[in-house]
Amino acid sequence: MRRINIFEKAGSFAENKDIARDIRRAELFPALAQNQKIILNFDGVDATTQSFIHALISDAIRQYGDKALENITYHRCNDTIKQLVRIVVDYMQEGIGENSPKGGVAS
Amino acid sequence: MKAYIPNSAFLGNINHFLRNFDPASPGKLQITANEKWMAVHPVVLAMIAALGSTVETRQIECMRFVSKSKNYIIRMGLLDFLGLDPAEDTVREHDPAGRFIPLKRIRNSDEATQFITDMIPLLHLQDKPAQAQTLSYIASELLRNVIEHAQAEHGAIICAQYYKKSNSIGIGIADTGIGIKKAINQSYPALTDMEAIRLALQPGITGTTKREGGTPENAGAGLFFTKSIASVNKDFFIIYSGKGFYKLLRKPTGSRTVLFADPFQDKHSKDETYPYWKGTVVGVDIALDRTREFSKLLELIRETYGKEIRDRRRARYKKPRFTS
Repeated sequence: MRRINIFEKAGSFAENKDIARDIRRAELFPALAQNQKIILNFDGVDATTQSFIHALISDAIRQYGDKALENITYHRCNDTIKQLVRIVVDYMQEGIGENSPKGGVAS
Repeated sequence: MKAYIPNSAFLGNINHFLRNFDPASPGKLQITANEKWMAVHPVVLAMIAALGSTVETRQIECMRFVSKSKNYIIRMGLLDFLGLDPAEDTVREHDPAGRFIPLKRIRNSDEATQFITDMIPLLHLQDKPAQAQTLSYIASELLRNVIEHAQAEHGAIICAQYYKKSNSIGIGIADTGIGIKKAINQSYPALTDMEAIRLALQPGITGTTKREGGTPENAGAGLFFTKSIASVNKDFFIIYSGKGFYKLLRKPTGSRTVLFADPFQDKHSKDETYPYWKGTVVGVDIALDRTREFSKLLELIRETYGKEIRDRRRARYKKPRFTS
């Protein structure tokens, strides 16, 4: 199990896509490669952007497909963050595969 | 180049200012203004500052402002930005935390983050989370668009202003980069500036790739989100690049909220006979008392975005061939 604390890296308004890219490369992808469960912890994050969430998870969904959707849990997301995660998860699945498993958004 | 600051140029009536902008002789800039009164949207100042960034200071000829509103121009930092010396008798001390954000140049990701962090207290929006969130969101998407796509040597020029009378915030951002058509043409064959603007405003369209879902770093949705936020809140949104100018018109309060993936389906005006702007300009108004809760707004965006992607995907399906 790997826990990634977004607030520690990106602050209360997580919008810096360079940071999202770094998290994706340094933590998310290695964990997915090892088939680990991952918690993206948004505790302390008040807001984010679709661009940040896209930079964080879209390539994981593209490359790992169902495995990314099943292994990643989004923790302590407010309504705005949940909506943005859903938007990105939706369009990545609409645009890529025939299967449409649901991404888990935990409270 | 010539720019004339009129007595009034806000997003609703900015067309006249744009028509009078003269891009000829790009090595020089002449700035003139209405002598009695100047009240302009921040996007006007961002454009003039962006133009000034492309020429040497000694090639800038700026008339001495005499109208009552000259202090506004000075306070917003236009003369400082252009390297010009304001006449000493025009400068007064001002509260640095007044409800405006002077012209600022943003060149990279860290500067964008710093600007976005600073802007909320400067506009006194700490206690208005819904409005602060909306404004931060728009500023982030617009700034990162310039940083990532514009190839703008002089960066993004941004400023903002609170208007007490309308309880709204105007935000303007201008760059002198490659413009939307050249950026979009890296992946899509838009023939005109207006075609490129239309594509750039649609969700999932980015100049960086033709692939559905974008690249790992780009989804092609920043401008669609920004236009959608303005549309849901019934505010103005303008975008100007090359000779193309698109304006999302303000909808009546109380009208039904419908989002469109295609900006031409929105209530809008457009024209592609404007003087050539080398780069991109975006202006948005955000009426604070009409700002919808951000998560509800995102629900609407999600529906529209999903439908657009599904429709585009269906359009690529091979069709059965029937014979009689």
